[in-house]
Amino acid sequence: MTNLEKYTNVFVETFEITAEEAQGLKYQDIDAWDSVGHMGLISALEEAFDIMMDTDDIIDLNSFEKGKEILSKSEYGVEF
Amino acid sequence: MNKIWELGRYEKNIALVDEFGNELSYADLENENKKLSDVIGHRCLVFSLCRNEVGSVIGYSSFVNNGIVPIMVNSHLEEILLTTLLEAYKPEFLWLPKDQRNQFSNMSEKYEAYDYVLLETGFKKSYPLYDELGLLITTSGSTGSPKLVRQSYTNILDNAKSIAEYLKLDSTERPITTLPMNYVYGLSIINSHFLVGATLLLTDKGLMQKEFWNFFKDQEATSFGGVPYTYEMLDKLRFYRMKLPSLRTMTQAGGKITPELHEKFAAYAKEQGKNFVVMYGASEATSRMGYLPPEKAVEKKGSMGIPIPGGKFKIVGADGNEITEPLTTGELVYEGKNVTLGYAECGEDLVKGDERNGILETGDMAQFDSDGYYYIVGRKKRFLKIYGNRVNLDEIDRLIKGAYSIEVASGGTDDHLYLFVTDEEIADEVRNFVINKTKLNPAAFKCIVIDEIPKNDAGKTLYKELEKYYEQ
Repeated sequence: MTNLEKYTNVFVETFEITAEEAQGLKYQDIDAWDSVGHMGLISALEEAFDIMMDTDDIIDLNSFEKGKEILSKSEYGVEF
Repeated sequence: MNKIWELGRYEKNIALVDEFGNELSYADLENENKKLSDVIGHRCLVFSLCRNEVGSVIGYSSFVNNGIVPIMVNSHLEEILLTTLLEAYKPEFLWLPKDQRNQFSNMSEKYEAYDYVLLETGFKKSYPLYDELGLLITTSGSTGSPKLVRQSYTNILDNAKSIAEYLKLDSTERPITTLPMNYVYGLSIINSHFLVGATLLLTDKGLMQKEFWNFFKDQEATSFGGVPYTYEMLDKLRFYRMKLPSLRTMTQAGGKITPELHEKFAAYAKEQGKNFVVMYGASEATSRMGYLPPEKAVEKKGSMGIPIPGGKFKIVGADGNEITEPLTTGELVYEGKNVTLGYAECGEDLVKGDERNGILETGDMAQFDSDGYYYIVGRKKRFLKIYGNRVNLDEIDRLIKGAYSIEVASGGTDDHLYLFVTDEEIADEVRNFVINKTKLNPAAFKCIVIDEIPKNDAGKTLYKELEKYYEQ
């Protein structure tokens, strides 16, 4: 599985949506992505990529696209 | 009708600040309140669709302070459930966010302020209201049951005074909103802080949003409240590393926090010179009944504390006698002026008087230690707290049976609700149905297919036998 597939899959599993629906998704676009859903998303991302995210990055991650940008940062080193 | 808040007393203080740059002094708030209550002009029932916005607070404080009785409902309540509630109570007016106005296109607009509008419902009939009735709260905001808690003016004022006393509130406090206004814990923060002329920081943003923390820091918030799930989120956010010099107090209620998190936040508070206050309450007691004094937070972890000023606890055994031995479990009974009048199940009940006479059987099983600190150990009734929201399991079963005519039983632990069905094909649909009805995050719900719902000879569901499916 590529990192992009792995990343997309976290959204699919956490929010019970399709891979297509995950593209371009933003915080609160769907009921499932509220604060509770966000916590689930962060836990799932941390587990999938074996990382520990910083507070600022956790609250900054407000869209599918933004998440890729954050995970690409050097401290997490996920390449897409 | 006595006023709850003497807003004029603090006319120069700032009452409300929101994230969009609005700022209202106590004089401004009193002025806005008067304009709105003058349009209504008489004592009647109003549905208030709540958000943490200026308009919502103006509505609430105007109604309660001027003898108009609001029913507080979440603005996101599912439409069918809202319609059911409206039909049951036939309010004369609706006070709601302007962007939801088109849901009620047949109603006429009477007034507008701060993105909220007042609509006249046009119901021909209205129900008489008991003189002391001040406020109506839904018992389970999420399942839309028409059952309401009837709170009196005395209830609201007495509880607010008690909270202001034990939290030592003054006009320098700046609480930031983290709880909805249709939820008594959220209201109790407004009620107690308006008594002392403090400044409410209003935002509908959540803890997981950058905007929330920017607003928190810019406006130098001094306190916030949270349900157990809030503290799990803060833990996940590595809250302990955030620099929040303005923060003085964190309160916790709406269910029992895990002893691990209790310890973590108590230790953090102690180290940082802040207060962490675990509290206990219920909408049937207006809001608060117990609190753990912050200086005891570390020593008495797992305890919800002692009665609030003016209140009393006792533990009653199955035989109806008071238990006086420490560490013996019985039902927790509370006595105080904040014990509400009773319930309403339909419009005709709004004229009812005080049915409880200051005594509340909480339905929580509890015990106290040798120092007189109380611990909640279980529940008498079948309900769960999901992210701080009370969800009645019997009501969930009834909703599902009503929609699908199937065998079903629900169970679980706080924040984890399990639906047991016997038909695999319908499992996903039932789960989605419940998610949609409760509007709670799907992560809390699981549907498990079993061969048969366990029942005794009399046909009563044996919920205990389902516990093996979800107990770790």
